[in-house]
Amino acid sequence: MATSSERSPPPFPDSEDQDVLDPEDVGGRDSDEEDGEDLFLSPSDPPLADLDTPLPPANQPIEVLMTPPSDIMSDLLIEPISCQAEIQSASQVVTEPSDDFVDLTNNLTEEAADNVAAAAQDTAIISLDEPSDDFVDLLGSETEALQEEAVVVVDVPADTATDKSEGMGSDTDPPGEGKEEVEKVEEVEEASTAAVFDLIGDSGGESDSNTQQSPGIDTFVDPLVDLLSDTPPAAEAQKPSMATIDLFNEDEGSDLFSDPLLTMSARQPQKSLFGETDEDLFGEPLGATSKKTINKEQKDKTVTIKAAAVGGGINITGPLQEINPAEAGDLFTEEAVATAPSVSSTSTVNSKTNGVHSEEETDIFAEATVELSLDSPRSERKKEVMAKPSAPAPSLSATASLAKPQSAALEEMDEEEEEEQEDQFEIFVSVKDPEKIGDGMTAYMAYKLSTQTTLPMFRTKTFTVRRRFSDFLGLYEKLSEKHGPNGYIVPPPPEKSILGMTKMKVGKDDSSSADFVERRRGALERYVQRVVNHPSLLQDPDVREFLEREELPRAVSTQALSGAGFLKMINKATDAVSKMTIKMNESDVWFEDKLQEVESADQQFRKLHALVESLVVHRKELSLNTASFAKSAAMLGSAEDNTALSRALSQLAEVEDKMEQLHQDQASNDTFSFAELIADFIRLLGAVRGSFDHRIKAWQRWQDGQAMLQKKRETEAKLLWANKPDKLQLAKEEIAEWEAKVTQYEREFDRVSATVRKEVIRFEKEKAKNFKRQIIKYLESLLQSQQQLIKYWDAFLPEAKAIA
Amino acid sequence: MEEVQEGASAPSVHGHNIKVTEVVIDGDTLTFLIVSQKLSGTGEYHVYRIYEDLEWLQHHLFSQEDVPGIQGVIFPPIPAKPQVNASAKVMKQLGFLGLGEWQPYCKALESFLRQVASHSVLKKSKAVEIFLTSADPPGRQRVRKNIFNRLSQAVGEMRKEGHKDVDEFFQAARDQNLIITGCTKSATERFLDVVLTEQKIAVACGHFSAALHLCVEAGEDPDKQAFSSICVKLSEVFESIKKNMMSTAENNVSTLGLGLDLESRYQEAEKEMLFRRTCKLAELETARRNAEKAKPVKKAAMEEVKKAAETEFNHICGVAKQEIARYEAARVQMLQQALVQWCEKQLLTARESADQFDQCLQGFRGMA
Repeated sequence: MATSSERSPPPFPDSEDQDVLDPEDVGGRDSDEEDGEDLFLSPSDPPLADLDTPLPPANQPIEVLMTPPSDIMSDLLIEPISCQAEIQSASQVVTEPSDDFVDLTNNLTEEAADNVAAAAQDTAIISLDEPSDDFVDLLGSETEALQEEAVVVVDVPADTATDKSEGMGSDTDPPGEGKEEVEKVEEVEEASTAAVFDLIGDSGGESDSNTQQSPGIDTFVDPLVDLLSDTPPAAEAQKPSMATIDLFNEDEGSDLFSDPLLTMSARQPQKSLFGETDEDLFGEPLGATSKKTINKEQKDKTVTIKAAAVGGGINITGPLQEINPAEAGDLFTEEAVATAPSVSSTSTVNSKTNGVHSEEETDIFAEATVELSLDSPRSERKKEVMAKPSAPAPSLSATASLAKPQSAALEEMDEEEEEEQEDQFEIFVSVKDPEKIGDGMTAYMAYKLSTQTTLPMFRTKTFTVRRRFSDFLGLYEKLSEKHGPNGYIVPPPPEKSILGMTKMKVGKDDSSSADFVERRRGALERYVQRVVNHPSLLQDPDVREFLEREELPRAVSTQALSGAGFLKMINKATDAVSKMTIKMNESDVWFEDKLQEVESADQQFRKLHALVESLVVHRKELSLNTASFAKSAAMLGSAEDNTALSRALSQLAEVEDKMEQLHQDQASNDTFSFAELIADFIRLLGAVRGSFDHRIKAWQRWQDGQAMLQKKRETEAKLLWANKPDKLQLAKEEIAEWEAKVTQYEREFDRVSATVRKEVIRFEKEKAKNFKRQIIKYLESLLQSQQQLIKYWDAFLPEAKAIA
Repeated sequence: MEEVQEGASAPSVHGHNIKVTEVVIDGDTLTFLIVSQKLSGTGEYHVYRIYEDLEWLQHHLFSQEDVPGIQGVIFPPIPAKPQVNASAKVMKQLGFLGLGEWQPYCKALESFLRQVASHSVLKKSKAVEIFLTSADPPGRQRVRKNIFNRLSQAVGEMRKEGHKDVDEFFQAARDQNLIITGCTKSATERFLDVVLTEQKIAVACGHFSAALHLCVEAGEDPDKQAFSSICVKLSEVFESIKKNMMSTAENNVSTLGLGLDLESRYQEAEKEMLFRRTCKLAELETARRNAEKAKPVKKAAMEEVKKAAETEFNHICGVAKQEIARYEAARVQMLQQALVQWCEKQLLTARESADQFDQCLQGFRGMA
């Protein structure tokens, strides 16, 4: 493409100098640094490609839906090579498309502001030179306005664009003007597109608003794609075709998710957003963020533009439909967003909403991926797409209004679905996408924490945050500090693993490292789920903050929990507890028994854990051995002379290969169903013992208080005996104080005891429930793998029998 | 009941249903009870034999000087010497045969005897008859010496292995044998690893199942009872997983394992036969050279030696060709049988286990 873009320019500079563009214009572009030049060169082809396609749609949108789309795509891709020829053909077509532009722009501007449309009508008769002048102006103003007045910039291109297309239309309409004339028109066309490119390239974030405004001119739509690849700082002509492909790839994913929600959030809170948030929102896309992110946003936007173009009657739906039906569906919903603002408000507002828009988009995208079930919305969208072509009036307002109810219906669908899911649980937290951040020894793993809930205490039903491992530990620290002394069993997080982490940091991508990450992810998920399942802990503000808040203050001093130290700490604590129990003359048999039980359960779980781990080791070994047997069976098969036997042996090798996978799955199933579950409970038992410990501490305090009270009373008696009334008063006060304290301590102890009791009972309930659920899951997978095995054997049996 | 029929040209028993029904472990020696049915109809021979008797039999089969082309026979391979409390090295050598309570070994022995007794050439040997029917164990001392002789002879002739063959058929057979012997051996070893690991898993499941029983807590508390019953049920599940693994491993051994083992040993036997033939070939070539170079005085004698060698070699080649063809057919059939049986047995086990797991699953789901 780079070469072809170099080849294509010659005609343009020439004609440009001769008749179309003033030096000013050129200067203006130059002032845009290299961008301008490149933009002018490379995008010069794609617009022509577009000229072909929009031609019929203006009048017969429905037909076009099916056919031209592919043209657009193919043209965009092929153009670079055949650009010269394209120019010829395009120039012949130029007249009609420009008519279309008039319509489109009229439609658009009518919606936006009537007088703009009028102006467009007026300028329709203006000669060829004038548009280019306008254009120059535009460029000038735009470069000045760059950062400050996005609004103006937005307005201007839209107007000039309409002007220009009008102008072209009028110029080329008179037949027999000659080929040169047509070429000029083409030049203008190019210039205008280039201008808009410049504009976009320069204004960065503004391009969002800009492009929003210009959808009427479909020419701009696709060039933008090219532009996007060209605008990045390195101002070399890149491959537009590549860019387009990228664009589509990216959009497919992101828009798919974001749009349904986007329409909802962007459209409804529109007015308030204008009022409140326009500063931040607008500021961010403008200059605050880096260029790269802006570019990304732009890419997203281009689809929006296309959607708007669809509304404008150009019906680019076709190509998109071909690329991805679901995406086409998006366009409609997206369009609703894009058009609604333009209908209701001026361009200023428009640009602002765009800012909002882009912000929302990223957020929603992140959230939507979490749990939106794709199937039905997609089919819904498909329906929409189907319904779309039959829409008789391709006018902007009509389609916009059509799209709106549909997207609204879509929203409702989504919501209903979510509710259905959520009926089963009040809150569900998932930990996903472990991601290594950073390099070397400072690297850490970040996890995506997604929450789905129907609980009214949360502002939204679903939200997602990113947390690193130490945040999880930090949460535990806070919770155990606050709730531990009260006798609550705070679910402990997985230990820090120096070995696993170091492996991860070193960047070893072996299976053990992946295994470690997956194990930890699962453990974290279960940990958080346990926390939120606890009715008291869920109410804790720290938990809510942990689930909801975007940025969490960095957890410190989690180092103390690192690795084996954590386990040791628990062990020490329990040792201390058992020692203390000897000292403490337990009044409550229940606690005595429970402690015994917990101790023995801990022993047993540890034993079970070791056994399961060894089972897993054997399973893995089996998988390895099966694999090597499969290999030697394959070798034997290939060495075998007898063809039937050889065939059977190769089949056998395949079967064994599949079985290897089965064994491997079974190994991880063992790991994640039992080993991890048991490990969890070993940790939890530690926490249970911790709660016992806290109860004893409370008891100790009470006893100490009593001893103190006793002492005070003795002093009082002494004082009474020594007859010192002045000090006696003080002593009496102290006794009263300590009496109160002792009662308070006693009450506290009783409270802690009651809580511990309740918690232990709850823990046991949970334990039984958890185990049962996990075992059912395990058995299901076991059964499934057994059935898979049967299938494999069934398939192999005829092969064995076929040996003659 | 036991009688000796001297001088019979064929054994007085059915070759195809000789059974090794029992193995008696007495100190370090294993004694096998070999049962064979009389050809005459009613009655069976029951003889007790130890491994040395087997060696005696094999030696006598090897050294049948009077049978032309005996060197061309692929002698049914005798399993390696079994040992009670064998070292790891010996166990490795035994492979599948060392597993379990010697049942696989008995099976292998059984198939060895059947093959000997139904071999067209070997069954005519008197030694077979004596081995299968004589109540007294055949003599043993002599054998040791001869075996030693055979071994030293083999070492001396080892260098002839690479000798170029005159016959393309045999050259191809030798090449193929060399390749496939290696492959079979490695496949057998790998398969043995699989079986061993399966056994380990079964043991681990057993431990886990037993440990789960210890988790059962006494008490009236419904939660506790629920957990206890979960433990018990899970223990049952693992018990059935264990059984499943056990029978899977057993299936592996009794079908494909033994099949591969036999195949592997047979290929070794074929290799030995081919090697013997190659040695004879070398001998013949030397004789020819000697006859050419020989002085007139010795010429006649040399020619005679050459002639004798030539006839013997031709005999060997003739027998060998037949034997190879027979073996090729037999081994394909044997392997097919092994594969089919294996597959069927595994299917059965898998189905049974699936049923059991399903029941357990239903049980768990049914739990309140």
